[in-house]
Amino acid sequence: MSAALLTADWFLLGRELYYRRFEIYSMAWHQEVALENYIAASASYGGPIALRRDDKKLVKVQGSAQPIISVYSGSGKQITSFKWTRRPIVHMDWSNDEKLICVQEDGMVVIYNMFGKFLHTFAISQKVQDAKVIDAKIFISPQNFTGVAIMTSNFKIFLVHNIQEPKTRQFSELPRSNIDPTCWAIVSTDSNTEVLIARGLELYRLKQDEHHTSAMLEPDIANRYTSILEMSVSLNAHHLALYMDSGYLWLGSTDLRTKYCEIDTSSIYKPKQIIWCGNEAVVLYWERDCSLLVVGKYGQKMLYSYDSAVHLVSEIDGIRIVSNMQHELLQKVPEVVQKIFRINSTDPGSFLLEASKQFQKGSHKANEYICLVKNDLETAVNQCIEAVGYEFDTEVQKMLIRAAQFGKCFIADMRSDNYVYMCRLLRVLNAVRDPKVGIPITITQFNYMKKRTQGLLDRLITRNNYFLALQIAKYLKMPEKEGTSHILVHWAKHKVSQAELEEETVAREIAEKLGYTSGISYSEIASTASQNGRKKLAIKLLDYESKASEQVKLLLELGENTPALVKAIESGDTDLVYMVILKLREKMPLGDFKMTIRNFPVAQSLYIKYCKEHNTQALNEIYIQEDDFSAQAQTFILESLDEKKQHMKDSLLTSAMEAYKKGRKDLYAGMCEEALKLLRFQRDLEDKLPAAKNKLVGLSVHNTCKMLLELNEAKLAEKFRNDYRIPDKRFWWLKISSLAQQKEWIELEKFSKVKKSLIGYAPFIDVCLQNDNRQEALKYLPKVSEDLKVKYCIKVGCLEEAADIAFQQKDVQGLLYVQSKCSTQFPQTQLSDKISSMISQLLEFKK
Amino acid sequence: MAQLQGGKVDISLIQTSARNNLINLLEKCPGKKAIVWDNSLAGPVGLVAQYTILREHMVTKMYPLRPTSLPETDVDHIIFISRPKLHLMDYIAQNVRTDIKTKSGSKKQYHLFFVPKKVYCAWNDLNTMECLENLSVNFFLSIPMLYQWRYPKEYTIENDPTYLYQTAQAIIYLQNLYGPIPRIWGKGTAAKQVWDLVMRLQREKNNTDESKSHQQSCIDEIILIDRSVDLITPLATQLTYEGLIDEIFGINNSTASFPIDNFLTSEERVSESLSEDKKQFILNSADKLYADIRDRNFNAVGAYLSKQAKAISAQLENTQEKSVQEMKLYVQRLPQILAKKKQLATHTAIAECIKEVTDSYDFLDTLQAEQEFLNCIEVDKPSPYIEEMIAQNKPLIKVLRLMCMQCIASSGLKLKVLETYKRELVQVYGLEVLLAISKLEKVGLLKLQSSTRQYTVLRKALRLTMEDTSEVNPTDISYVHSIYAPLSIRLAEQVTRNGGLKQLQDVLGLLPGPTLDESPVVSTNVANNPDTPTVVLVFFIGGCTFAEISALRFLSQQEDSNVEFVVATTKIINGTTFLKSIIEN
Repeated sequence: MSAALLTADWFLLGRELYYRRFEIYSMAWHQEVALENYIAASASYGGPIALRRDDKKLVKVQGSAQPIISVYSGSGKQITSFKWTRRPIVHMDWSNDEKLICVQEDGMVVIYNMFGKFLHTFAISQKVQDAKVIDAKIFISPQNFTGVAIMTSNFKIFLVHNIQEPKTRQFSELPRSNIDPTCWAIVSTDSNTEVLIARGLELYRLKQDEHHTSAMLEPDIANRYTSILEMSVSLNAHHLALYMDSGYLWLGSTDLRTKYCEIDTSSIYKPKQIIWCGNEAVVLYWERDCSLLVVGKYGQKMLYSYDSAVHLVSEIDGIRIVSNMQHELLQKVPEVVQKIFRINSTDPGSFLLEASKQFQKGSHKANEYICLVKNDLETAVNQCIEAVGYEFDTEVQKMLIRAAQFGKCFIADMRSDNYVYMCRLLRVLNAVRDPKVGIPITITQFNYMKKRTQGLLDRLITRNNYFLALQIAKYLKMPEKEGTSHILVHWAKHKVSQAELEEETVAREIAEKLGYTSGISYSEIASTASQNGRKKLAIKLLDYESKASEQVKLLLELGENTPALVKAIESGDTDLVYMVILKLREKMPLGDFKMTIRNFPVAQSLYIKYCKEHNTQALNEIYIQEDDFSAQAQTFILESLDEKKQHMKDSLLTSAMEAYKKGRKDLYAGMCEEALKLLRFQRDLEDKLPAAKNKLVGLSVHNTCKMLLELNEAKLAEKFRNDYRIPDKRFWWLKISSLAQQKEWIELEKFSKVKKSLIGYAPFIDVCLQNDNRQEALKYLPKVSEDLKVKYCIKVGCLEEAADIAFQQKDVQGLLYVQSKCSTQFPQTQLSDKISSMISQLLEFKK
Repeated sequence: MAQLQGGKVDISLIQTSARNNLINLLEKCPGKKAIVWDNSLAGPVGLVAQYTILREHMVTKMYPLRPTSLPETDVDHIIFISRPKLHLMDYIAQNVRTDIKTKSGSKKQYHLFFVPKKVYCAWNDLNTMECLENLSVNFFLSIPMLYQWRYPKEYTIENDPTYLYQTAQAIIYLQNLYGPIPRIWGKGTAAKQVWDLVMRLQREKNNTDESKSHQQSCIDEIILIDRSVDLITPLATQLTYEGLIDEIFGINNSTASFPIDNFLTSEERVSESLSEDKKQFILNSADKLYADIRDRNFNAVGAYLSKQAKAISAQLENTQEKSVQEMKLYVQRLPQILAKKKQLATHTAIAECIKEVTDSYDFLDTLQAEQEFLNCIEVDKPSPYIEEMIAQNKPLIKVLRLMCMQCIASSGLKLKVLETYKRELVQVYGLEVLLAISKLEKVGLLKLQSSTRQYTVLRKALRLTMEDTSEVNPTDISYVHSIYAPLSIRLAEQVTRNGGLKQLQDVLGLLPGPTLDESPVVSTNVANNPDTPTVVLVFFIGGCTFAEISALRFLSQQEDSNVEFVVATTKIINGTTFLKSIIEN
């Protein structure tokens, strides 16, 4: 292909400002559609085209009289067609995520997907319903929300900034006047959204503030006119085009401070469409003669004529022209493409392309061309790679790719990442541009979309083109979360919403395809299933969800109480279990609730724990229900310790005893009985003995006995000891420690001689020492059994004796111990030496 | 925090990450802030974020969380940091309700941070307390390693698996910081459950982000030890320096208080103008001397300290025969030497405090009884010593500690012995002892004898009791209890020395719960350099003692070992705190 042919569709709109118009598709609809009878709307980024019959045109009605909306792909393939059964439509357009938005004359906004499935509807404002809607505009804000603005028959303007969360704002009103507004446009910038509105000669800017009064604006228009007929704001909201009834077109900045140009279009009719093509040209379309005028920012013009009606679709980098026969793209020629293909271009890329062509021809000129760009070869290659992205024609693509490949050979160690990426991307772009898919997207749009949430994959997903999407995701090596699993989830959601499919198969198919791939949210799919009224399917799908919290939440919503509880317990997250338990308690009758959770030990115990803090009544009920007698008894005992419940102590202890009896814990029951008996005894005695007042109740058996001894009630103590079967040994301990405590040394000695001590005589020494009486303690030393003698000698401080005994017992450890006491307590070096010699004697003896 | 760095695993990462977490949350509330602390959190949070750091982030006031109303302040935000406990929620609700009525109240914003995480119950409680509109509970502080769980009460007695979940989350958290752990060992039901949860959480996490999966592992192995596998070790009195400080004075968040008497010079003692009767010390490895002696058997500490003292006085005194240059060097080092001298004085005083206790007959008698039990001497009969203790009305905890030890050593008590004990306890300490007993029975610390004598077998097979070990120059981990080697550490030793638990197959069957032996991740470390030590994370589920930690350090210091241990636990325990946490109501 020669350079001349490649640039045949180029035209100049000012210095170095080339534009080009080329065909993307020949339309598959050319047999059935005559655009002039239809009102068309197409989504940006190569989106689908919706058609509805224009009521104002007279045509032969075929079939029913009800309006029909048809949706076509970019290549003119019909996607769907459905009857409009609602109120008349005022305006129809697409949202940024390719949903069809229809604004009805009653102010209702109805949203469909591209397959004609009703999604939802909302009212713009209650105030609207008094008046009719006469016009509406749909716009996409810089924040990438789709907004709707309507004008009512009394010329009030309302706006919803984001159709996802419809919040209506009213605009300030025009100053009163008899004249009706002629045209209006939305100016949506980062900071706020305004409306430009023209009324005959006058131009106003309306704000999102009902009470703001708008002053008239005065654009710098040189030629006389009586009315502004049409206006258009560029996509980035910086540029404004005004068309006057004088046939003049005014171009300038939106704030009206700068004027670019003002030209005569040599037509006085109102154009059907005025659209900015990029930011440097405006395209006007007159329906009368099917003519298209392209006007550059600085006034250059280019006129095209068509055979029949066309529809213009604005894109960020140009416009698409849809006609009965074909689908064209009009855009500014990308700079890098200009550099390569412009006639007489001396850019490196251009030479490289030529070199590559010559090389393929087998011509030696290839070398000459390469020599020309030798120093800029890398730039040349990069230019070719960059330019190829902008091309739709596969032949041109091949040509440029070959050139890049050829150039690459002459550069040592050039990184080929860019080259490889571009080759991959080209395949992807070509695949989606294929007429079967029909998304005529440019690389600029692709990159722009990628930055936003809605990427190309989502476009394919909305078209149910899951397979292609999957292939692309894999081919572009996208991370699973954004790629494969994202697509699969949508596929699964689509699958579950198809009511005619059988549940078992759907669940199985989904599970087979998705498996446990990371990033898959089964609960999302299940939630869709349940919204589609397929509860069983939802429950089945939830089995695959790995995030327990999601799973449990949805199961609860679905009323699947037991499975929710099971899953919550499996997760190990007690928080979740609590959530389920408490939700269930609200939802279920108490009896059912208790029966449900008693089957799950963990749930039961958590509920018990919860009850311990929140509701002791419920706690007891559970223990009774579960025949857990020990727990019941323990609760009673715990209560009996409560200071506030002393008056109930008897009955609580009786209850505890009975519970233990029921649970066949006779030992414990006996203990409770004894405690009861003890309590009564203590009360009695406190009444009888003034000295015991307030001293007994609450004491244990042991301490009561001790108290009796302290009160010198020896006989009573003896009786008490028998009644409560206090073991003899312990009683001995009690006796001697109480005697020692009261410093009854004589009594103590007597007691030691009554009969042979059951606990040995060492304790006698201990109690004496505890009460600081070493002299008394010494008395018992001889009686201490042999094995304890050394220790007790030391205890009372007879170190020398201790050493001797230890020596007699041949106890080296004992000797060492005595020695250690020597050095710390009393610095008796003499003794220490003596012990040393004893030790060596013993050791020698052992040998 | 320099003492935490170094080694293959940088522990300070945890603190940094926790601190950043806290600071991020604070920064979400611009302006002056007051923090209201749940008191039991102030300590652990203090470990990661000192007051100066908080002040840098405009925290001007700090209050403890109490049921009384808050003092008037001019802050913009009031932040409650609390554990999710019912009574605390009650306090918070009260606080907010009263404070909102004060003059400045309407301008303030109230926030609640939960540690370690939101708990649905607490949330539910707050809902019912009608103060929610004023309180934003948007963010949750999650510092998994900080929250100390009370084991085994919640799990064993109340059958509440919350703490298992939190442990699993803590492990996930560690893996996030240090990379996936390729090898896992473990013993016990809780260990198994925790690991199952870890796997589960890992799967959930992998589903949501896959970025970290290629991270390199800093930790080579993890050993999960369920405390219920080895209940006897915490009951045995620890005889290391650090262990004894904990046993006698209690170490909380690396801080211990001692009676002040021992730390005063004689003049100071006379002056008696003392405001406090306790002296607090922060004990961690930043103190070089402490790092040297913390793991030693206490009997070896005295000698070491006096050796150090001699060395220092030699350094200080030997000034005469020095050249000018030597003198210069000496002067430069003087502050260091003096600092060391001060440390030495502190630890000598601490050692004296300890010695007072360890020399007492009570201590020695108890120790003797313990050691007899550990050696299985007369474990089948009621112990006269325990009976004596009961008769003398000694503290219940001490009695129970010995009783539980006897029970485990004899692999359960004979019915008659158990009933005798129970009767004695109830007669002396009152009927409420039954509550404590039933809890101990649930945990398995008190039980009836079964036919197999697990402990007897384990003692032989794992060499749990050792004769003739030196306390001063130990050759075996048994030095930490003088004669007894902690069972848990024997398991860890087996794993690291013999590369697995295979050889212990027969013995492991005697311990409760399943054995874990898995390699969930294929090791990414190609060509593992034999010189770099294997890093082993030992995770005690349900707490561990200082003696156990010392034993692990001892293992890694052995010449033939090439292992670096990192210890993680839910709580540092000793016999007393362990039993208290079980029997408390």
